[in-house]
Amino acid sequence: MQAVIVEHIVKKYQVEKSEVIALKDVSFEVAKGELFGVVGPDGSGKTSLFRVLTTLLFADSGAAKIDGYDVVKDYKIIRKKLGYMPGRFSLYQDLSVEENLTFFATIFNTTIEENYDLIKEIYQQIEPFKKRRAGMLSGGMKQKLALCCALIHKPSVLILDEPTTGVDAVSRKEFWEMLQRFKRQDITILVSTPYMDEASMCDRVALLQNGQILAIDKPANINQQFSHPLWAVQASNMYELLKKLKDWQAVYSCYSFGEFYHVVMKLDATGGKEIQAYLSEQGFQNVEVKQIAANIEDSFMALMNTTHD
Amino acid sequence: MKQFFAFVKKEFFHIWRDKRTLFILLGMPITQIIIFGFALTNEVKNTKMAILDFSKDASSSQLIQKMSVSKYFDATTVLANYLEVEPLFKKGKIKMVMVIPQQFANDLQHGNQAHIQLICDGSDPNVANTLSTYATVIIKDFQNEIIKEQKLPYRIETDIRMLYNPELKGAYSFVPGVMALILMLTSAMMTSIAIVKEKEMGTMEIILVSPLKSFGVVIAKAVPYMLLSMVNVATILLLSVYVLEVPIRGSLLLLLSEGLLFTITSLALGLLISSVTDSQQVAMLISLMGLFLPTTVLSGYMFPIENMPLPLQIMSNLVPAKWFYFIVKTIMIKGLGIQHVWKETLILVGMTVVLFGISIKKFKTRLS
Repeated sequence: MQAVIVEHIVKKYQVEKSEVIALKDVSFEVAKGELFGVVGPDGSGKTSLFRVLTTLLFADSGAAKIDGYDVVKDYKIIRKKLGYMPGRFSLYQDLSVEENLTFFATIFNTTIEENYDLIKEIYQQIEPFKKRRAGMLSGGMKQKLALCCALIHKPSVLILDEPTTGVDAVSRKEFWEMLQRFKRQDITILVSTPYMDEASMCDRVALLQNGQILAIDKPANINQQFSHPLWAVQASNMYELLKKLKDWQAVYSCYSFGEFYHVVMKLDATGGKEIQAYLSEQGFQNVEVKQIAANIEDSFMALMNTTHD
Repeated sequence: MKQFFAFVKKEFFHIWRDKRTLFILLGMPITQIIIFGFALTNEVKNTKMAILDFSKDASSSQLIQKMSVSKYFDATTVLANYLEVEPLFKKGKIKMVMVIPQQFANDLQHGNQAHIQLICDGSDPNVANTLSTYATVIIKDFQNEIIKEQKLPYRIETDIRMLYNPELKGAYSFVPGVMALILMLTSAMMTSIAIVKEKEMGTMEIILVSPLKSFGVVIAKAVPYMLLSMVNVATILLLSVYVLEVPIRGSLLLLLSEGLLFTITSLALGLLISSVTDSQQVAMLISLMGLFLPTTVLSGYMFPIENMPLPLQIMSNLVPAKWFYFIVKTIMIKGLGIQHVWKETLILVGMTVVLFGISIKKFKTRLS
């Protein structure tokens, strides 16, 4: 049985008399024990989608099921089975680490001891600070505590809304490693993130933009959908370079990526030598052009471009 | 049940750790009682007044003597002529001037009629009225002493007796009023803020996605404030009995139960406010405008309801504090039992049930 089934969900908001469509006919399924990522920029509809799934919002149309239970009809049953970590830190800042955890354990009718093995690895990292008030913790600690609180009742489905936003790179990496371990406990995990690089840590990802799913697949497969040669270009005068590249007729798309520009040519036949020659001709110094393999962000950019056209 | 108590415990932690708010909550009844009891009083006591005595004879000095020994007046300023009167009033130094014309003793003894002029500060009509009444009573008293020997053919004496509050102490009416005000504020405002705070902080999102029932959340939020309010009731009663010397004539148990009932009414109001607002500021504003004002103005303890225009009189029936004020006055000051307040009690119970019903129905199990 699929752990999460989403069918044709549409969600609209009234914003100052005009209608904003947050989710346009979103459908997907998540298998039991899968780590499923929803990747998309801010405002793409990730939080709306998760709120529909966590029974917090009604969808305007469509249906969703968690563990076979309908999110509208059976919301009371779902609320017992769900672990939810909202995008904003939502614990009691004036309660200590331990008090927060005990509180959430109790309202889910369990105790810390009962499911201690599940949270042990994470909790041990914040245990030295268990008497400290949650509001005084660092960002990474807060997030670990929030995860403990969401996990304490051993949910069958865990929904994490942008858990790594505002967390440093090392903690982010740790966090994803932890999620990999929960998978082994047969917990289905839905996680959203605006960071493309995190998508590769998921079993499958859905690329979400403007409330629409652009693609759902394994991260590796999504990369393979990128069918054109991709060039990374660098020169001394990067600002001028971007302008020139965008003006060049032969270029299909160009965007910055770290210290390089990623460039896709209109004709696959156009090689690196030609690009190098053209740029040198335009007076650029230290031009460096190399062919690279597309990563998930490149695929996302490409998918975005095709939907725009 | 265990979940419920965990929630109540958590609520107590919130209150206990916010020391400033706790201090205000528990300190408010004390300051209110002290302010109303000693500063904001419309009782006349040792009012500064001036004497303009043109007569300067035995009778006039007797009258002045009588005036200044009364506890209501402090007649220390002596004026020489009319020109001095106005500047004194303008400076606000005095509240009243007694003018005794020339030949006062002579007129009194031989002419059978003497005049006294009382000049009051009419910019404060209530005080001016009270002062002139008090002064007239003293002057009449003085007259009675003089004519004791002579028998007048017809005389009507009015003997006034103030039941329940013979000394006309203001405390008898404001203690019930302050009680209503404080309970309304602590219970309604604080609960509404406490619930809205969860919405603002985002914790409501997690609480909603939990097996907790909305009914349980609402009640658990209210319980700590109910206990706190009962502490406040006890403080107010202790202060009024031992500091302001207002007796509790009726049953203490009945009084406390009515206090509990009114607390629950206020809590229900607070819950209702919280269910229609999303920010702490709005909740606070609604509580202040929607509860504080009607409680002070329309409950009858500051301004008599009988004197208000009819629409306001009708509106005042919707103010729970009005009924509670009546109940407390009846039990505490008049010393009557439940048979005299059961109707008002039933009205409060009815209001509570309706308010609770609406707020539980309105409590959202979802975000929108």
